[in-house]
Amino acid sequence: MERPGNYEIPLGTPFSKLLELAGGVRKGRTLKAVIPGGSSSPVLPAHIMMECTMDYDSIAKAGSMLGSGALIVMDDTRCMVESLKRLSYFYMHESCGQCTPCREGTGWLFRLVERIHGGQGKVADMAVLDNVAESIMGRTICALGDAAAMPVRAMIKHFRPEFEHYIEHKTSLVKTAA
Amino acid sequence: MVEIELDGKKVDIAPGSMIMHAAEKAGTYIPHFCYHKKLSIAANCRMCLVDVEKAPKPMPACATPVTQGMIVRTKSDKAIKAQQSVMEFLLINHPLDCPICDQGGECQLQDLAVGYGAGKSRYEEEKRVVFHKDVGPLISMEEMSRCIHCTRCVRFGQEVAGVMELGMSHRGEHSEIETFVGQSVDSELSGNMIDICPVGALTSKPFRYSARTWELSRRKSVSPHDSTGANLIVQVKNHQVMRVVPLENEAVNECWIADRDRFSYEALNGDQRLTAPMLKQGGEWKTVDWQTALEYVANGLKQIKNDFGASSIGLLASPHSTVEELALAGALVRGLGSDNIDHRLRHADFGNSSGVRWLGTSIESLSTLQRVLVVGSHLRKDHPLFAQRIRQAVRKGAQVNAVNSRVHDWALPVANTLVADSGVWVQALAQVAASVAREKGVASPWNVATSVESDAIARSLLGGERKAVLLGNAAAHHAFAASLLAVAQWIGEQTGASVGYLTEAANTVGAQWVGALPGAQGKNAGQMLAGGLKAVLLLNNEPAFDSAVGVAGLQNAEMVVSFSPFKANMDVADVLLPIAPWTETPGSFVNAEGLLQSFYAVARPLGDTRPAWKVLRVLGNLLALPGFAQETAQDVLAEVLAQRGLGGQTAPLQLPASALNNTTSVAADLSPVQGQPAQASIYQLDGVVRRAPSLQLTADARAAQEALA
Repeated sequence: MERPGNYEIPLGTPFSKLLELAGGVRKGRTLKAVIPGGSSSPVLPAHIMMECTMDYDSIAKAGSMLGSGALIVMDDTRCMVESLKRLSYFYMHESCGQCTPCREGTGWLFRLVERIHGGQGKVADMAVLDNVAESIMGRTICALGDAAAMPVRAMIKHFRPEFEHYIEHKTSLVKTAA
Repeated sequence: MVEIELDGKKVDIAPGSMIMHAAEKAGTYIPHFCYHKKLSIAANCRMCLVDVEKAPKPMPACATPVTQGMIVRTKSDKAIKAQQSVMEFLLINHPLDCPICDQGGECQLQDLAVGYGAGKSRYEEEKRVVFHKDVGPLISMEEMSRCIHCTRCVRFGQEVAGVMELGMSHRGEHSEIETFVGQSVDSELSGNMIDICPVGALTSKPFRYSARTWELSRRKSVSPHDSTGANLIVQVKNHQVMRVVPLENEAVNECWIADRDRFSYEALNGDQRLTAPMLKQGGEWKTVDWQTALEYVANGLKQIKNDFGASSIGLLASPHSTVEELALAGALVRGLGSDNIDHRLRHADFGNSSGVRWLGTSIESLSTLQRVLVVGSHLRKDHPLFAQRIRQAVRKGAQVNAVNSRVHDWALPVANTLVADSGVWVQALAQVAASVAREKGVASPWNVATSVESDAIARSLLGGERKAVLLGNAAAHHAFAASLLAVAQWIGEQTGASVGYLTEAANTVGAQWVGALPGAQGKNAGQMLAGGLKAVLLLNNEPAFDSAVGVAGLQNAEMVVSFSPFKANMDVADVLLPIAPWTETPGSFVNAEGLLQSFYAVARPLGDTRPAWKVLRVLGNLLALPGFAQETAQDVLAEVLAQRGLGGQTAPLQLPASALNNTTSVAADLSPVQGQPAQASIYQLDGVVRRAPSLQLTADARAAQEALA
């Protein structure tokens, strides 16, 4: 973003308007994806997000959550494998360890993504990744399990080719900005 | 009642119950790890996830309360899928070392992995490694990577043992079960954590790598140590006891046993065991055969009877001996014409046996008491399982009061403690009585000044409905034990509390009931130990450790015969007869509540060891005494029962109320006494625990050893 910050806007404001308020993505870059409601909410690709208005119904219809309203806006220089690795690391770190699926699953998710990011990924990992996330969802005591699983599932849903490219070529599809 | 449908079956269940309880009632097994019927619900393993209609997510059966008309499916696709995925998560970081794991073959994770695990793991990353811990001589925490974080051990500590010695530190996948910065686990109930650990994370240190569970024969027995009469499963391989675990008996020990019951077996395999009869000749111990030894004893007894009269023969028996042994030993001495029989080696007041002293209430009722007064006891260490029950009562709101010589840590909240030197316990208890009298507006039989503490105890005892006054070992061994009982009785009458003795040993009640007490002309234990006997039979005890006054008085006897499984009493004895410990003989114990429980031998007697009842029977025959024709231990018990109007009854048998009696006609003597009542510390109670090496390494045992030194 040109002007990251806190923006107070009425519910129902189109996302495009909000993007404009913040000065749009940085010069010379294009919008790639948005995580609309904090890091646990499913990522939405640009073309879907640009159709959304900033309210609960619209974002939910698009398959994500308005959640905390903390938007993460990503441009075309972001590697989604790296982004997911960072997100999964966070959830592994935050897991309290009380109940099984989250304690064991968040570490598994992170290690899978880390391995793909390290160039050691296998084609079969994609299915495992998605299935492990599915296995955590709805089976934990608190919502952190769901929070860890949702970004993984959404990334795979919307950016599968990027992961597959990484696995095949051991490097990112995206030329990261230095 | 609430009706739910579980897998198509209607189940009626009390409101507030969980789905797990309904499943137990219906006989449906729901896989689980963290749920344990005696512990609070944690719902953290997630293995018991089931499909509840109208719930979008699978629900944990252990933590989901039933509602009217609820429809639960424990084996639907949704439930099974959830359970399988939890199993997969549990296994990814669990080492696959089942072939060398002590839990292998009796592991809940292993068993459930058969039903819910996959044949092949999808997890290719590195497994978690958890550093081992040293928590003392009883529990091994060498392979903590096996832990599945169910927290049963943590909840056991908090809720049952009363001390949170283990906790979960760190978080996420770094969470570990450990003690607070390197401390050891010192609870007297700690071994139960080994049983409730569903995996091989907590294992028995003494048992490690000594046998596989499927090689062991499982045989029922009864603990010979404290007066709970805890039911045991003794596990035997090649006629050697390898391990002891609890046998569940809700009315006695529930599903717990004390560490003393669990680890004392080590003494049975130790080098202290006596495996053949021995005679001391010319100051040297010589191993002899049974015939020689028994003839020596029989001739010696005849000779001494001729030379000094029958009253110079005496029997000092152990309250850890069986009913059968005590009956025959008593009959032997009486048959010789002596009344010198006693089992009360640690007592000081021998005028307090006008009835068979007992708990005064049922063991089970201890869990539901509302007001308790404990007098002269280190409750937690003397009676770990009674303390556990009273701890449960306190969790339900009971108030515990104590009259003791110091404030003990019982790992339960004690409402009021009246601290008084043991020399003035009678006065201290009379203070409580005086406070009760004033609160109630009745005349106190004792004119003593009350105190803030005695008033508080009195008020506590006058509240509530289910109450008990419990006299501990130190109160029973007190020089004015009868006076303490007299005052306690008055308090009991005025407050509606039952009055009873916790009773020290596995067969203290049985020993009284079977008459291991001096007859009209007989010497009591104190008189016998003071000297004056020419022939002394020591049945299963060591006066040097088991008596109030020690062994000095026996030095001048002509003949001292030690019946013991161990090389015991070697400094005073002339004959050592190797008798079977409780695992190698049939027998019966009567516990504190008057429950007679019988057991069989679980292993072959070691070496030339023989069951004591057989030895006594042969000795009776050699002496040509009448009444020694029994063929089996059961015959001996049947005779004992028939003599007491209980003919034809079989164990387990609750002795009738008429056989038990805690009343006394002694007038309380309030004058102070010198000296301390004899008390055995937790791991000094009897010859078996004293010789159990791992128990002797515990913090409790080391403290006692230091105190002795």
